Amino acid sequence: MTKREKRLLLVAAVVGVAAVAAALVLTALNSAVAYFYTPSDLQKLEKTPVGLIRLGGLVAPGSVKFAEGRETEVNFVIKDEFAETAVSYKGVLPDLFREGQGVIVQGKLENGRVLASEVLAKHDENYMPKEVADALKEQGRWKEGETP
Amino acid sequence: MHNLANPQRFEKLAIRLTPLLSIAAGVTALFGLYYALFNSPADYQQGESVRIMYVHVPAAWMALMCYSTMAIASGVGFIWKHPLADVTAKSTAPIGAAFTFLALVTGSIWGKPMWGTWWAWDARLTSVLILFFLYLGYIALWSAIDDKTRAAKVAAIACLVGFINIPIIKFSVDWWNSLHQPASVLRGGGPTIHQSMLTPLLLMGIAYGLTFAALLLISMRAELAERRIARLEQSARAPSKAMIL
Repeated sequence: MTKREKRLLLVAAVVGVAAVAAALVLTALNSAVAYFYTPSDLQKLEKTPVGLIRLGGLVAPGSVKFAEGRETEVNFVIKDEFAETAVSYKGVLPDLFREGQGVIVQGKLENGRVLASEVLAKHDENYMPKEVADALKEQGRWKEGETP
Repeated sequence: MHNLANPQRFEKLAIRLTPLLSIAAGVTALFGLYYALFNSPADYQQGESVRIMYVHVPAAWMALMCYSTMAIASGVGFIWKHPLADVTAKSTAPIGAAFTFLALVTGSIWGKPMWGTWWAWDARLTSVLILFFLYLGYIALWSAIDDKTRAAKVAAIACLVGFINIPIIKFSVDWWNSLHQPASVLRGGGPTIHQSMLTPLLLMGIAYGLTFAALLLISMRAELAERRIARLEQSARAPSKAMIL
């Protein structure tokens, strides 16, 4: 084995070991790395989580109800394909918050309802001008939240 | 490639290429910025804030590309002892760190109005922050070890170990629930960006790439000059040795 082959082997071994280590760590961390629970994740949990949790999903259409005369007190429902969770929030909502929009809330879970201290709007991978979005919707070829 | 192994030949080529690349980068950036700021539509959801994307996304691309360049150069330098490989890797690091910093800052500025927060510890954001620290660590390693050959070896190994972070960054948005949106351009099934927005984005991407190439050549020449000075100083300090022998 020449010196160069030895060095090649060393580099391959170092990168290989690092890759395996990273893969093991990431698999072990899997659920901890996820930024949020979905409503169905929450249903599957055996114990109710204590302390702050994050919940992510779509704002259920028709579920957004503001407290009378106030824009900073709101109740809504977050849903995914299989489950729904109710959320209460006091505070300023981000620009992208709308019905049908993906959001992530952080807060405490009490009696199946999340009392949120923070609401983040998630953006999706679709970028298009308003006219295109309107035209696609009109033609029934696309709904918000889908990939066109 | 073998012609470039000779630092003198490389310098000649670099002197000729640098102004060409700089001019090309400037012109492309001018066109890109014109499209990005004036001649592209507002987004149906994000409104005018979408324009931040045209500086943010190419910066993030370059952050990944610079690290990949560094890793390849480190590997070539470590295994084949190519004389310019270490110089390439070392010179790329500060440029990559700057692009990463730009991506983090512009992302944060976009995140506040859109997501509602400057920062979130989600997988994408965190892994890019780690990338920034990897760049800083790599730069620190070079300056911590005086002997250049030893520094090159140690830094190369560190760089190659850190390379594992690059696929993690790329796929973080697919593997885990993250706040950051999934890929829009480099994805299976084609881009999900409307053509009117893709054009300025790609123009800016090319401008960033050319900027990187120009900066890299300048910084490599500076590094080669520094090494020459170090050699001259060394021989000036021990001039008698040659005479005695």
